[in-house]
This record gives sequence, structure tokens and C-alpha cells, in this order.
Amino acid sequence: MVVFDRPHALVDIPLHYCPGCTHGIVHRLVAEAIDELGIEGRTIGVAPVGCAVMAYDYFGCDMIEAAHGRAPAVATGVKRSDPDNYIVFTYQGDGDLASIGTAETVHAAARNENITIIFINNAIYGMTGGQMAPTSLPGQVTQTSPYGRDVKACGYPVKICEMLSMLEGPEYLERVAVNNVKNVNKAKKAIKKAFQNQIEGKGFSLVEVISACPTNWGMTPSAALKWIDDKMIPYYPLGVYKDRSAGIIPGAKEEA
Amino acid sequence: MAKLTFKTDECKGCGLCVEACPKGILQLSKDTINKKGHHPAECVDQDACIACKSCATMCPDCIIKIEK
Amino acid sequence: MAEKVLMKGNEAIAEAAIIAGCRHYFGYPITPQTEIAAYMAKRMPKIGGTFLQAESEIAAINMVYGVSSTGKRVMTSSSSPGISLKSEGISYLAGCDLPALVVNCQRGGPGLGGIQPSQSDYFQATRGGGHGDYHMIVLAPASVQEMAELTIRGFELADEYRMTAMILADGTIGQMMEPVSFDFAIKEAPEKPWAVTGTKMERAHNIINSLYLVPDVLEQKNFERYEKYAKVAENVALAEEYLMDDAEIVIAAFGIAARVAKNAVNAARAEGIKAGLIRPITLWPFPEKAFKKALGTAKQFISVELSMGQMIEDVRLATECKVPVSLCNRAGGMIPSPEQVYEAIKAAAGKAGK
Repeated sequence: MVVFDRPHALVDIPLHYCPGCTHGIVHRLVAEAIDELGIEGRTIGVAPVGCAVMAYDYFGCDMIEAAHGRAPAVATGVKRSDPDNYIVFTYQGDGDLASIGTAETVHAAARNENITIIFINNAIYGMTGGQMAPTSLPGQVTQTSPYGRDVKACGYPVKICEMLSMLEGPEYLERVAVNNVKNVNKAKKAIKKAFQNQIEGKGFSLVEVISACPTNWGMTPSAALKWIDDKMIPYYPLGVYKDRSAGIIPGAKEEA
Repeated sequence: MAKLTFKTDECKGCGLCVEACPKGILQLSKDTINKKGHHPAECVDQDACIACKSCATMCPDCIIKIEK
Repeated sequence: MAEKVLMKGNEAIAEAAIIAGCRHYFGYPITPQTEIAAYMAKRMPKIGGTFLQAESEIAAINMVYGVSSTGKRVMTSSSSPGISLKSEGISYLAGCDLPALVVNCQRGGPGLGGIQPSQSDYFQATRGGGHGDYHMIVLAPASVQEMAELTIRGFELADEYRMTAMILADGTIGQMMEPVSFDFAIKEAPEKPWAVTGTKMERAHNIINSLYLVPDVLEQKNFERYEKYAKVAENVALAEEYLMDDAEIVIAAFGIAARVAKNAVNAARAEGIKAGLIRPITLWPFPEKAFKKALGTAKQFISVELSMGQMIEDVRLATECKVPVSLCNRAGGMIPSPEQVYEAIKAAAGKAGK
């Protein structure tokens, strides 16, 4: 009996990512969720600009490649085209979602657009070769912050889950990580829930996945996973930031 | 008895499966180099595998199949 | 004869779009085209359509990109500064060969410019606007009736050639009211097997994409696209020719400028000057044949524009500079008067007579 194999919704071709890049893990989790929910035939995915640009080749469902940062707007169009039928997700990195596409992200959340967003936060621009990202940590050395991110000169990281949780719009926001088996399993649950919410018409669901970029962090894959524990998670605490249906609503007034 | 199969030619030798294995039965091959030029992961003791799926859970390239 | 309704040009565009089967509109408020959004906001919810005020023009064009990817007729509208913002998305639409209708109700520029009518986005519309090798089909209405007609034609052409069709109007035609008939026969949209509509687990996945990292593949894509553009140039170019049989002084003007120019041509004819008018209805493809034909009698061309002179370059190219081409223009939101154009004709006739 097969107890583990490649999910159907993940096309059986080699992924182009660097060794130890956790994009592949998240791709698999998304594909597993699609398989388990039986929605591949009506799912339309929107790929970003960034390392995951070629995600359109990897997912077996219909796919669209969006301009840099515009995936939530593209997904909005697709969803509005046939809201009862299409299941629409975007897969975006931190440069795409939290820098150039901040407006599209915030407003899709504010509209409670009934879409699913998978947000990869690895604190760096991977595809262009390791520049400072909106989510790079204070002091983090990158190609464009060679002396470490100086918050006086270039400000502080953008904490997407915290920021969006202050909006009334979104249904579900959770931050997960994929740096060990336990965390990957939690990430899987969150991603599946983000799709399930859409099926049930609950609205905007975003899962932020703290991910590793060994190549541009200049670490071995194993050291990169440890760096997530040591540096990333303390700055970006994991957990559910909003779950309206479960009553987790930050900033909501206490009942008198 | 569990059976692990690797798509050896697609392995990038990142070693995340090796680290994840609770039984310590995986290693990056010392002798072989695959098509991509990496030392691929391999199982040195199939009989000891408990099919816990830890290796496959951490494999970024989805190249591990587990049967039981 | 079908009943006519008194309507603003912008509203005529919106109503025609609905008649053409467009059920998705995305926009962002900007003067002088906001009536289109307002009309759609009222009508779309009543007919099961989508009106969405986007967070920006950039978001709006990308929502258009999303709907178009699923094969449905979709549009957005804006005015000059907003079209600059949409140009990124228009380039992506071109790179994916996606059909869409974009309305530019032009105002004066550059920069924030003004809110009065202009034709100074001619280069942007006919040369692309965004990055890369591409064209849009650019339609230039000169009346409220044409706002409606060309909107429908725009949807049909966009689907037929998998291109963006742009209605290049201006604040005057957008705001003016005229009687308009909506008695149209609509061509059904063709089958769109390329669209992303869900695989239903019955076919391989469709991908809407403009990324080609292998240069000879991208080159081939561009070659194919330009073969299509050549067909469009052959089949779609259109102009109105007015008193052109024996015209020696030929006015080239589109949109509101053409309406002004027509009065001047009539005045010149009354004075015995053999004046005529070529009014391009498609700006891309440019109706070159009408201009080449005019060379048989023409001694001078005058390009009448609400800009610093943009279409004049196409007039020179189409006539291969065989006769002089001069400019009669106002800019920044000003409109040439019939007298100004008449004086230009008279001056040209005087020169030509020598």
C-alpha cells in the first residue's frame, strides 16, 4: 500500500528550485490540499513573479502568470468571473506580496475577496539574487543591505499577518513555518483550511509560510532551517492571527 | 515492512530527509553522483524503516515514495 | 428605424458594452470618464454582472486580465494618467494574447495635466504605451453613436484577434449628449479553448503566460504576433473620407478634431477651395490606403490635432512625404476652432496655388 507519493495536482516534472529550497515543500502541501478536497478540475492558480514564477508549470490545475505583485487583483478577476464554480489561489513571495503588491494584497483582504493566498516569506529576493526584501530582518545582510539592514535608513520589516489582522475584511490569517516535520504538518492543515474556507464561501484566507532560502542566505539547507527557528520565528511568531468563524478577531471590542 | 523509493536522478542532495529521519537510516550516497551532479539520498537499512513519512514530509523535491 | 435615446458619450459606451455581452467592469474614478463607472455601478448588479471599483488603475487592469483569462468579455475605462498606470497590464494582455476592451477618455497632459479634452495620448495608444513589441487596435469615435458602435466593434475585434481594443475618445465626446440608437446585431464571441476555465480533469492544464526565458521561443512568439498584426492591418483599417474625390487640401483629423475640421472643409468648399477630410476611425491600424489614394489629387495635407502633433507622423509616413504635411493644433485641453482650421486651409491653398 502506498502511504506517501507525489500528489496528483503536482505535475510530475522536476522542480527548478535550489537544493533545500522549501518552495517545493509548500508546492506539495498546496497540491495535497487540492487533491484531498477534490477541486483540481475547478481550481485556477495564479503564479507570481519571483522564484515561484514557473509555478504555472508545476500545478496541474489551470494556471495564470501574473505581473509582479498583481496576483490578488488577477485572482479577483478570475473569482468574479464564476464565483460559484472557480476555486482561485495565488502563490506569492515576499517581494511580490509585501512590497510591489502591497496595495493589491491589502485591498483584496479588505474586500474579503473569497480567494486563497499562499504567501512565502523567506526574507529575501531569491530570483534576482538575494536583495533586501520588505521582510528582511533588522541587521540582515543581503546584496542590497551589505552592512546589514539598517532600520534607520530603510525601515522595518512588514509583518503581513499582524497588519492584515487589523482589517475587518479578511476571514483567516495564519503564519506557519516549514522548517521541521511538525511545522510542515501544521502548515498543511492551515493551507487546507484556507482552501476549505473558500469552498464554504467564507472569504479571504491567507497563509504566511516562513520559508528558507539557503542559497541567498548563504547557508546549508540544514543551517537555513535552524535559522528559521533562531531568527525568523522570534521576529515572525507563528500562529492564527485571525479566524473570524472561530471567533479569533484581534481588536474586536469585548462584549459588555 | 515499509519500502522507500527515491527518484534518485531528481535528488538535489540537500540532506533534509537525512536530518528528518528518526531512525538514522538515510544518508547522502558517498559513491554515486546522479545526473544533476549531486550525491543523492539513499536508505541504508530498509528493514528499519517505520514509514513515518518524515523524510517525504521534508523533501523539497517530492521524490520519495513510501509503501507499506 | 430604431428608437433613439439621448445620452452622454460615456454612457453610450457603457450601455453598448452591456449589449455586447460584457458582464465585468473594473475601474477607478478619474475625470472625464467617470460616467462609465457610474453607469456600470447602476446597471451591472441588476443584470447579474460585476462592477468593482478597484483600489487603483493597476489593480483594475489586472482584474480585467483575470476575467479575460477565463474567456469572458471584460472592460475597463480611464483617462490619460490612469491609462499610463494601466499600461503595464496592457502589455501583459498583449504578451498573453488576451482580448479586452480599454477606454481612454483623454485629457490634457503630461503629468496630472488638466481635465479638459485632448488627443495627446495618440503615441501611447498607437505605439503601445507599455513595454515590448505589441499593438492594440485603436478605435477613434467622433460621435456618441460611434461611441456605442465602436465599443461593440471593439469587443468583436478583440475576440477575433485576441488583442486589446482601445476606444481612444476624449473628454468632449465623452461628455456630450446626442441621440443614439442601440439597434445592433452582436457577433457571438468565438470559442476560446485557450481559456482557463478549470480542467474538469478532462484536459491538460491551460496556462496564461507571457514569460519565455528561451530567446528564440520568445522571438518566434513575437514573429507570430506580428503576422497577426499584419492581418489586422489588412482587414481592420478604416477611415471616413469626406469630399475626397478631387481634394487638393486634405485634412487629417480624428475624433472631435474631425468634427471641427468638417465645418472648416465645408467653409473652404464654399469659397471654391478643393478641401477634403480623411477621418481615421482606426488609429492603429492606420488607414494608410485612404492617404495613398488621396495623393492622386492632394497638394498638401493638414493634420488637425488636440496635441502638439502626434498623428502627423503617421500622415507623413502614409504619404511618404510626397507632399507637404502641416499641423493645425491646440493642446493642453484647448480645441481648435473651425476658423483656425479654415485659415490653415486657406493658407495651404494659397501656397499650393503659387
